[in-house]
Amino acid sequence: MNLERIDQIIDKHNAEPSSLIQVLLEIQSENHWLPRQALERVSQRLEVPYTRIQHIATFYKAFSLVPKGKHEINICMGTACHVRGAPRILDSIQDLTGIKPGETDLDLKFSLETVNCLGCCALGPVVEIDGKTHGNLAPGKTADVIKNYE
Amino acid sequence: MSQIQLQIDGKEIKAREGMTVLEAAREAGIYIPTLCHHEKLEPFGGCRLCLVEATVRNRTNLVVSCVYPVQENVVVRTRSEKVDRIRKTILELLLAHAPDSMVLQELAREYGAEPDRFEKESSFCIHCGLCVRYCAEVKGKHAIGFIDRGIRKEISFIPEIAAKECAACKECFPLCPTSYLQSVFVLTEALAASTQDL
Repeated sequence: MNLERIDQIIDKHNAEPSSLIQVLLEIQSENHWLPRQALERVSQRLEVPYTRIQHIATFYKAFSLVPKGKHEINICMGTACHVRGAPRILDSIQDLTGIKPGETDLDLKFSLETVNCLGCCALGPVVEIDGKTHGNLAPGKTADVIKNYE
Repeated sequence: MSQIQLQIDGKEIKAREGMTVLEAAREAGIYIPTLCHHEKLEPFGGCRLCLVEATVRNRTNLVVSCVYPVQENVVVRTRSEKVDRIRKTILELLLAHAPDSMVLQELAREYGAEPDRFEKESSFCIHCGLCVRYCAEVKGKHAIGFIDRGIRKEISFIPEIAAKECAACKECFPLCPTSYLQSVFVLTEALAASTQDL
């Protein structure tokens, strides 16, 4: 992500220090993670100390300070999904992507994360990819879902 | 500034509006133990050790005196069975993190806190925030800050700023109740030195 784009996002918020989290969220959603140069730029432009930005960026789980893949896969491991076979879905997705929960693949294509409930237990087992929910999955069906994301 | 009349430990005290109970007590020479308080810094309310009993209109509450503003006719008790019991537990919990802190050991003796009550989990930092807040509020350098949250929260220097500012200052060092700050500084220095060679 280049600095011009970061400046654009900052300008959109009139470089208000109170918009810090909004600015960080927008960088996070476009770039999938927050590189150090980006944070330093935000710190300079918003006149917020770097320690404060670092505190906020490490506090919220929505922010990542390490590179994340283009597509974010969240597998529900909640009780309902668990009894409906979430562990087997997780196994099949691990085989397909070659990464474990919390990891990102080398091409920065996928990041895998387990979550504890997505709030739609009736659809279980549920996998959420880039905010889109895929319900009633079976280990045999995951490949069809994953291949839509390049 | 209007005067406010209150009672602390049976003593009638006059305080100014906007003061905290802790400030009023200190001014009247009444001792309340604190770990995260510093007169040059904004109240933080992090250690909860300055907790006292405050009675307003016949209702008694436990309040944290360093962030509790003085009120007309409030009756404050800085020592009671309940207050001492809670302070004892707070100290026992803090001692699990920083067992060798002189400040904590001294307070533990006073309140009869058992240093081995909880399993040791030596993180050394008790999150009083003195170093972080002193650097930001008094010095305005922001060389050290908190990272992460909850049980993983810790202090962390920004190496680039620390390299420029800290050698001549180090004013936060004597503030730390556990000496953990010094070791974080030395570690940052060592890390910076070793990565320079790369």
